[in-house]
Amino acid sequence: MIEQELFRCVASFDAAATGVTSAAKLSGGASQETWSFDIVHPNGYVGAILRRSPKGYGAAPTRAAGLDAEARLMQLAHEAGLPSPKVMHVLKPEDDLGAGFIMARIEGETIARKILRDEQFARARPMLARQLGKVAAGIHGLPRAELPVLREMSSTKEIAEMGREYRSFDWPRPVFELALRWLADHDPGPSQEVTLVHGDFRHGNLIIGPDGVRAVLDWELAHLGDPMEDLGWICVNSWRFGEIDKPVGGFGSREQLFAGYEEGGRKVDPARVKFWEVMGTLRWGVMCCGMMQRFRMGPDHSMERAMIGRRASETEIDLLRLLAPRA
Amino acid sequence: MTPEKWEPDFGQGSCPKEREIEMQDEPTPMELTKAVADFLRNDIAPVISGHNAFKLRVAINMLDLVVRQSTLEQGSDAAEYARLQQLLGIDGTLIDLNRALADKIAKGEVDLATPGLSEHLWQTTLAKLAVDQPNYASYKRELGRGD
Repeated sequence: MIEQELFRCVASFDAAATGVTSAAKLSGGASQETWSFDIVHPNGYVGAILRRSPKGYGAAPTRAAGLDAEARLMQLAHEAGLPSPKVMHVLKPEDDLGAGFIMARIEGETIARKILRDEQFARARPMLARQLGKVAAGIHGLPRAELPVLREMSSTKEIAEMGREYRSFDWPRPVFELALRWLADHDPGPSQEVTLVHGDFRHGNLIIGPDGVRAVLDWELAHLGDPMEDLGWICVNSWRFGEIDKPVGGFGSREQLFAGYEEGGRKVDPARVKFWEVMGTLRWGVMCCGMMQRFRMGPDHSMERAMIGRRASETEIDLLRLLAPRA
Repeated sequence: MTPEKWEPDFGQGSCPKEREIEMQDEPTPMELTKAVADFLRNDIAPVISGHNAFKLRVAINMLDLVVRQSTLEQGSDAAEYARLQQLLGIDGTLIDLNRALADKIAKGEVDLATPGLSEHLWQTTLAKLAVDQPNYASYKRELGRGD
């Protein structure tokens, strides 16, 4: 049935399409779904991805940029020559598929453990940090005037938001308090330059092939802010998947990341990057606690959600390693 | 769970604590949980595939965590409590003392320069990881520092 609905929509923007096949749901929460499908042409198939909020789920959580903004950002990135899939179509009400967009499917791997261990990525791994630095510079350089409307964040606002969210759980975590205190004491203040920030630049949102970075996905948390935030977030230990001595995603060094960034024509501020790494570590910890709340309150009563609550302590040890390293 | 925990304290007219008056039979909850985890791991996991195999692994991890917590928490809670009393000089439940410490850190009344604070946070965090994620690489690295 979804294939018929999809074909009706595809036919409206692709006159050569004769059908839609192999539709499969890749992931789906209550409010967002990702579908993979093939568009049939007389001389072959074109791989496509639908990302949508199903009908009746319009409201976005406060931090989300919204699917229309995501589509616009991906298209801008694609046009700027960054690794980003081409957006084929933004859903309209008459498509009757909810809100969202259809983009080209890019083959490759997003699962960190495979990227870090599989032989087929062995040649790519040493290049990734530098490539991603360059990609980040490209994202931060996208012209402000062409961006969709996005929330604007600052280090000071983010400290306040993290503190508020942590306190809403009403469960004392002295290490989180220590981190909040450190962040307040080391708040670098407003960034000299406010740019587009991807907001979730890490494993899971990067398609990697044996040749390196192929696409940056998931602009849901995109916002305007300090560009150093993206560089700090990708260094958070939670994204190293055991390769803790390679701070960038478990595959590279900060020096490689920074070199790629500067090759992309932008300056790195290492102190700000460190601030955002601490912030990111706390943020992931707070997110783990939040997912546990969702388990307890009922909307997602899955074992996975429950167990994520027990991963907050991982961020506590990482915060201590950052803020109170032992001799 | 140590055997002492199941021995009621009827001495000297004291009022036994809630835990101590319940005298359920053996096996202990921990032994029961471990038996289920071992059954799922050894007999069921090999014959399940796909998404259910993934869910089963999560389920086994959860049961293993419960067993680790039952084994370790009495000792680690007592040690945490003793450190907190030392740091704060007050009485209360474990969560009360944690709230008090959190509050003092937030207000800047104690910080990493305070004698014992860093050591307390490290020990408490290592004890959490021993239950939650003993295979976490940062934890293994810190254990290797030998304390």
